[in-house]
Amino acid sequence: MPQPIIIAENISKRFMVGAARPYDTLRDRLSAGLGNSWRRLFGGRHGADASTKEVEFWALRDVSFEIKQGDVVGIIGRNGAGKSTLLKILSRITDPTSGRIRLRGRVASLLEVGTGFHPELTGRENIYLNGAILGMPRLEIRRKFDEIVEFAEIGPFLDTPVKHYSSGMYVRLAFAVAAHLEPEVLIVDEVLAVGDIAFQKKCLGKMQAVSTGEGRTVLFVSHNIDAVRRLCHTAIMLAGGRVCAMDSATHVINQYLQQSLTSEPARVPVPDARLAERAYTISVVLESLDGRPRSVVAVGEPWRVRIGFRVCRPYARFVVGLGLMSADGISAQTAWSEPAGLEPGEHEVTFEQLTSLQAGTYSLIVGLSDSDLSLQQIEASRMDISGDNPHGYFPMTSGAGIVLNSMRVTLKRT
Amino acid sequence: MSDPIQTPSAALSENELVIEAGRSSSRYWRDLWHYRELLYFLAWRDVKVRYKQAAMGAAWALVQPIVTMTLFTFVFNHLAGMSSGRVPYPLLVMSGLLPWQLFSSALSASSTSLGANANLISKIYFPRLVPPLATLGVALLDFAIVFGLYLVMASWFSVWPTWRIVLLPFFTLVAITAALGGGLWLTSLTVKYRDFRFIVPFLLQFGVFATPIGFRTDVTPNWRFVLAANPMTAVIEGFRWCLLGGDYTIDPAGLAISLALITITLVTGIWYFRKTEKIVADII
Repeated sequence: MPQPIIIAENISKRFMVGAARPYDTLRDRLSAGLGNSWRRLFGGRHGADASTKEVEFWALRDVSFEIKQGDVVGIIGRNGAGKSTLLKILSRITDPTSGRIRLRGRVASLLEVGTGFHPELTGRENIYLNGAILGMPRLEIRRKFDEIVEFAEIGPFLDTPVKHYSSGMYVRLAFAVAAHLEPEVLIVDEVLAVGDIAFQKKCLGKMQAVSTGEGRTVLFVSHNIDAVRRLCHTAIMLAGGRVCAMDSATHVINQYLQQSLTSEPARVPVPDARLAERAYTISVVLESLDGRPRSVVAVGEPWRVRIGFRVCRPYARFVVGLGLMSADGISAQTAWSEPAGLEPGEHEVTFEQLTSLQAGTYSLIVGLSDSDLSLQQIEASRMDISGDNPHGYFPMTSGAGIVLNSMRVTLKRT
Repeated sequence: MSDPIQTPSAALSENELVIEAGRSSSRYWRDLWHYRELLYFLAWRDVKVRYKQAAMGAAWALVQPIVTMTLFTFVFNHLAGMSSGRVPYPLLVMSGLLPWQLFSSALSASSTSLGANANLISKIYFPRLVPPLATLGVALLDFAIVFGLYLVMASWFSVWPTWRIVLLPFFTLVAITAALGGGLWLTSLTVKYRDFRFIVPFLLQFGVFATPIGFRTDVTPNWRFVLAANPMTAVIEGFRWCLLGGDYTIDPAGLAISLALITITLVTGIWYFRKTEKIVADII
């Protein structure tokens, strides 16, 4: 019976949003202080200064769980569910507001690829620097140096400053250092989203070898449901800062996909004064073709996006554009409406997806423009295209390119 | 221990780490020792990167003191007609510049150290005292270069140090401690209030004139007690006593005040820094 290696009891983390903005200046603080004493002295209008009001925000609320040695645990949940905050607390970057975590053994966290890499230093120098930052003793780095270089496949560029590296080489080198850590607990954030597919596979393989072969415990946060399914035995699902499921990975993933059938409302910003008298987006809804809101669709499943917008003055050549950007920053596709003359009022445009995209997380970027002049561009929402394929839409899931099967294919007997 | 969550706790005894609000103090200094290699590598990184892509390289470490020395000699000796006793005036200025430059470069580097390492701090745990301590490396390296320049000048003027030079490491330590104490305060304050980014250069500019770099303290007897309120005055007097010998003296009361001020700054600086580092990852 494996022993528990991490015990978390009622972890909560509170952030104060609003007045105590991180970058407050002395002037803000002074004027807020003066304002308060002014009010105290003269009793003035209450809450006249909205910026001094602090709003509590609980990123995590009473999170408890237990992880056994050798477990590979996936942590899933939507954006803002508290995944990153939980990892930051587990890696001791920030303290919980209340609650307690007990950990046994050396913890290494990999919340970003290449933390602390310095562009002016060579690959060799960065291996030592990054190793030290990740907590590897110098002797250990020296011992594993050749192995790291070999894993990273950067041989001839070892003594070149990393600023001259391609992004692929950079990522490979950074992950190679991290992959050779020997912690009892490895905490990994969405770092595998970068890099080419072949190297991603190699990293996943290395992580698997780490956990099964050497009895390491791995905590793995990812949007890539596929990777979580392949790698993890158990999974924790967070929603709104609370644990809403902890079970076998398959079970939790199914629950996650079920819940995702109900959509989260898109974040559409309040228009500023300039836009309020021109044109701005009101709503962005992702849905299936039968009109049910979604935030996750299966690969190959048809979907559409409805964008509502308000036009406040007449336009001659108004265009609405919709872009999809993948999690690693690649603009996957763009579509736009025909230029149209519009009168003031509310309008709606519908984009229906014709081709299929690779599994992954995509940002929906909405742009409004007139006669090539951009009026508004926002990242309105995110969508997950799941490699999970319960309806049998598509045989291919990943590794087949961003755009899947977008050609007319005919097969005939000759 | 009837609570089901608590039962396995017995298994978690050896090498256990507890993460809790307001905890972390018990292991802090042990952790700092554990991360000494990171301290070394961050200092090494700053040294390596400092003069990369500068055609003149480390020669830049000499340009500033030479220009300042020339300027101060001209202003204080030639224009103001101040005397340096039997010692050549450039050497008087240089022996004041040595600790001042160490102090000012260590202070300005350590006061920006948290901000400069923000990417590390928000992604990796290590005792947050490591970056400000690591910045002292570059300051000490520049100090060593300028000290080399001083030795060349001293042999040119044939002013040989006496046995008193054995106390020079002590005064060097005092200068660097003073910078660290102030740096810890300023880097914590800079994280919270960006204003301090503008205050530090101004403070140092002011310090150049509030510190007896370009003149002897005993030429202004009426002001000596005012100058003593500046902790760097005693350090500079100490440097001159060590290096120039002769009639240069140390004011024991001034030295005591200086050491007391520096100790208070360092202790409160560590206290305020430790208070700030708990929230630094959330606000940086």
